[in-house]
Amino acid sequence: MSLITGFLFVVIAPLVGGLLSGIDRKLTARMQGRIGPPLLQPFYDVEKLFQKENLVARHTQNLYMEFFFVMTIFTGALFFSGGDLLLVIFSLTLAGVFFALGGYKASSPYSFIGAQRETLQMMAYEPAVLLVAVGMYMVTKSFQVADIIAYPKPLILDLPGFFLAFFFILAIKFRKSPFDLSTSHHAHQELVKGITTEFSGRTLALIEIAHWYEYVFVLGIGYLFFAWNMWIGLVVTFFLFELIIIIDNAAARVRWQWMVGGAWIIALIAGMGNILYLMLRH
Amino acid sequence: MLFQLLSFLIIFPLCIAALAFINRKASAFAPLVYTGAGMLILASLMLLSIPLGGKTVMIPAHITWAEPVILISEIAISAFLLFLALKRKDIVVSSLVVASAGLLFWFYFGPGHAAHAENNLFLDPFSVIMGLIVGMIGSLIAVYAVGYMKDFCKHHREIPDRRPVFFGIIFLFLSAMFGVCFSNNLFWLFFFWEITTVCSFLLIGYKGDEPSVKNAFGALRWNMLGGLAFLVGIIYLYMSTGTVELDKALQLPKAVVLLPVVLISFAGMTKSAQLPFSSWLVGAMVAPTPVSALLHSSTMVKAGVYIVLKFAPVLEGTLAGFVVALIGILTFLMGSFICISQTDAKKVLAYSTIANLGLIILCAGVGTYEAVWAGILLIIFHAIAKGLLFLCVGVVEHTIGSRRIEDMSGLIMRMPRVSVMMQVGIAGMFLAPFGMLISKWAVLKALLDYNPFLALFLVFGSSATLFFWVKWIGKLLVIDRPYQKLEAKVSKDQMFALGTLTVLTILMCGFFSHVANTMIEPYVFMIYGKQMEMSAGNVTTMGIMLTMVALFPFSFLDSSRKVKITDAYLAGANTGERSHQFTSSLGGVKDMALKNYYLEDHFPEARLMGLGVGLAILLCVALAVIGGVGCL
Amino acid sequence: MGALSKSPWIIHYDGSSCNGCDIEVLAVLMPRFDLERFGVVNTGNPKHADILLLTGSINHQNAPIVKSIYDQMPEPKVVMAVGICATSGGIFRECYNVLGGADKVVPVDIYVPGCAVRPEALIDAAVQAVGLLDKKRAAALAAEKEKE
Repeated sequence: MSLITGFLFVVIAPLVGGLLSGIDRKLTARMQGRIGPPLLQPFYDVEKLFQKENLVARHTQNLYMEFFFVMTIFTGALFFSGGDLLLVIFSLTLAGVFFALGGYKASSPYSFIGAQRETLQMMAYEPAVLLVAVGMYMVTKSFQVADIIAYPKPLILDLPGFFLAFFFILAIKFRKSPFDLSTSHHAHQELVKGITTEFSGRTLALIEIAHWYEYVFVLGIGYLFFAWNMWIGLVVTFFLFELIIIIDNAAARVRWQWMVGGAWIIALIAGMGNILYLMLRH
Repeated sequence: MLFQLLSFLIIFPLCIAALAFINRKASAFAPLVYTGAGMLILASLMLLSIPLGGKTVMIPAHITWAEPVILISEIAISAFLLFLALKRKDIVVSSLVVASAGLLFWFYFGPGHAAHAENNLFLDPFSVIMGLIVGMIGSLIAVYAVGYMKDFCKHHREIPDRRPVFFGIIFLFLSAMFGVCFSNNLFWLFFFWEITTVCSFLLIGYKGDEPSVKNAFGALRWNMLGGLAFLVGIIYLYMSTGTVELDKALQLPKAVVLLPVVLISFAGMTKSAQLPFSSWLVGAMVAPTPVSALLHSSTMVKAGVYIVLKFAPVLEGTLAGFVVALIGILTFLMGSFICISQTDAKKVLAYSTIANLGLIILCAGVGTYEAVWAGILLIIFHAIAKGLLFLCVGVVEHTIGSRRIEDMSGLIMRMPRVSVMMQVGIAGMFLAPFGMLISKWAVLKALLDYNPFLALFLVFGSSATLFFWVKWIGKLLVIDRPYQKLEAKVSKDQMFALGTLTVLTILMCGFFSHVANTMIEPYVFMIYGKQMEMSAGNVTTMGIMLTMVALFPFSFLDSSRKVKITDAYLAGANTGERSHQFTSSLGGVKDMALKNYYLEDHFPEARLMGLGVGLAILLCVALAVIGGVGCL
Repeated sequence: MGALSKSPWIIHYDGSSCNGCDIEVLAVLMPRFDLERFGVVNTGNPKHADILLLTGSINHQNAPIVKSIYDQMPEPKVVMAVGICATSGGIFRECYNVLGGADKVVPVDIYVPGCAVRPEALIDAAVQAVGLLDKKRAAALAAEKEKE
């Protein structure tokens, strides 16, 4: 874990993320009995978006999304270079805030409501993400990602509660059903496209790429639970992603009360139980 | 030299106050305030030049006339308050005044006759920080108040123009605050403490109408109760150990001083509006905005957390400390939740102040070196950013005629500079890499080494703060109809204060590791002999983040980017002002309306407050029992 | 093939159609025909769309809406008039409130007649539309060059 891995993340993550997104499209199509688009379809989409005109409703709305893009890359790079997990999470929040503010700035009813819901989503997943850091610190005595990865035993055995809380918020973070409240890849027309409604062309492409980075980064946090063996970790993380896609296709969107309530209650109960477990064990 | 500086800081504002009281000509006080504020800023900056070398410097400061003056002033204040309370038939306040005056008398002329302090004043790195906050932010707010009160008189013609008195009280308050920060003699500290209570009472009631007076008495009630506890604490301390000095009390064994410390912490919690006493601070928002900024967020309420933090080494590892920490985290949690459902900007600020003070009290209750380090950092960042936010809201209220957050949409178009400063203030409250977040990070680390369960609650409170601050910034950015620029109405002195505080917020963030190393570190090291570690890598990371955020405004300069402006998407029904109006299903032209979520049903103010007060009363009872048992 | 032709995103606007064509439009996105094989996505948002797919005739009420949706789409863009009503007004052509086909308000590139339109015709139209998208982009680039 060093600057090199951080740099590798910057280069490789969009490829991996785009590929994951392609697998998502393909798997979704198969679950619906369709053939589905080519595996590389997300890359085609983004390439196309770069060739389109950049329309905006407000002059400066794109700047927020550009900073979201940059901050997301920074977050991931910080994580993969073995930095402080809490700082990584704060940086993630900063990126998320820029994303939401972009939606606010665009000032259309759809982007506005998307931004509101994005903020709600942030409120919903923040405790669980922070608790992951808390749990890892309790076991490994360090917030440094590098130290956590070097921990010789599987963290999942010590932190099942935190993992449960984290799994619940994965779908929120990926903006997948049942928690695709702020924006969605599927045709939920009442929101139009939620927070990204007013963004087009190059900016939309950047948002899409930023989401790919996010995929890899968030899965990276999931990987930490299984990091004692790299191969098992990678396989489990991949299955986590598949599981989220399957749930995405099987579930309907829930109301925000369910999302925030569910995420908080699970984080609270599972977190408390896990902390108790760790304290009793010592 | 040091004695002169400290006494200058205490006595000089007093002179300004006296001048303002004597010369009540409306033209005279503005230059007076500017001069006074300028001198105070310079003098408080001189505190930095004193080489403390990481030690407490004791100053005997034996002034023969001090004792009688203090006693006479106490009598005068008590008589004055008693008169007002009786006039209003407020039995609680009058009995509290009588009780504390009686107790003081009994002590002075009875058992405490021979009470003597070796050192009356002191200076350590923590009081330097407090002095700087009072001097710098207090003076800036005073400067701001000159322009603000001018507008205030214009807006409220029904209220008689008593501005000289207003500024007199403000400077009297500043003097008392310096007194609180530098007093080693606990009786002096108590005296200054009571003066801040009285100033707060007078300033909340400044408007003189029924709600103001009612809330002023509400504030007075809790603060007098706290004051009484403070007094009992000191007297008990003297009777059981024979000392009335802060430094000596801190050196005594924990078991001996625990009860007085619990009593004084109780006083600190009333002053800092912790649950169950929080309602007074919310009520205090009826006061003119500079008062809210100065007394009820940046300085006076910090006196409460200051004294509790001072006694943190005593609380460390005790059950009493744990209960104090619980009250702190409860206040933080409830305050943050309630903020979500508030539409009034000042109420949001009030509740978030209560919440952040709760966080500091939490640190004090935990009492480990990391927690104290985090607590002091919180005091600094909160004072600056919250002061800035209050002042921004004040300006906005006078310009657009409302302080509801819903009415602030498009502020970025109407008042670009003020709204940017407001955004800096808000970012300073919750966003990485600004100050408060660094502090929260430190709190989290401190809690994990103390009791991870507390950390569990902290993360929920902090995610609630994220929600309400983001939606506030969002509201400033939303442009839901064409707006005109209104900023020219804001006076120069207000802009000066706002600008300086904005720059301070950003600078503090940029130089936070320097500030932490040179100002907080020595204090923590002096008390605990341990050093707070901030790994160099993290400081660098934070620097990079700050640089990136700082670059953000510059991206607005690049106006040559290739974008084409079209209408916002309104399902194709755009009409008239095409991005803001649409054809409704009945055919008429409708204005678009964008309203924030406030989730009143899920975060109801009254219910959460009730719950918080109930739990906090239980905790207070527990605290009393623990304190009582401890002294047996 | 350029990138544009690999990822045509559609916005579907139902003017005053009888829903016959709309059902067929949805049918081509469904498993039997699965237009997503060619990267087609029904976005429901003009700012993201490349192809404006219109069904039903244009009347006085929906004319300004079709126009503003078209205006809100980023270049390059293609308009498909789907079904006989959208191409010419169909049997509603002589109604007092009907203006006619989609070409009364927006420049239509591809006409797909039928009542209701056949899915195979729609797929054929989509394939033509992606070709047009690439052409339009090339033309726009050439025009830009000329300007310089």
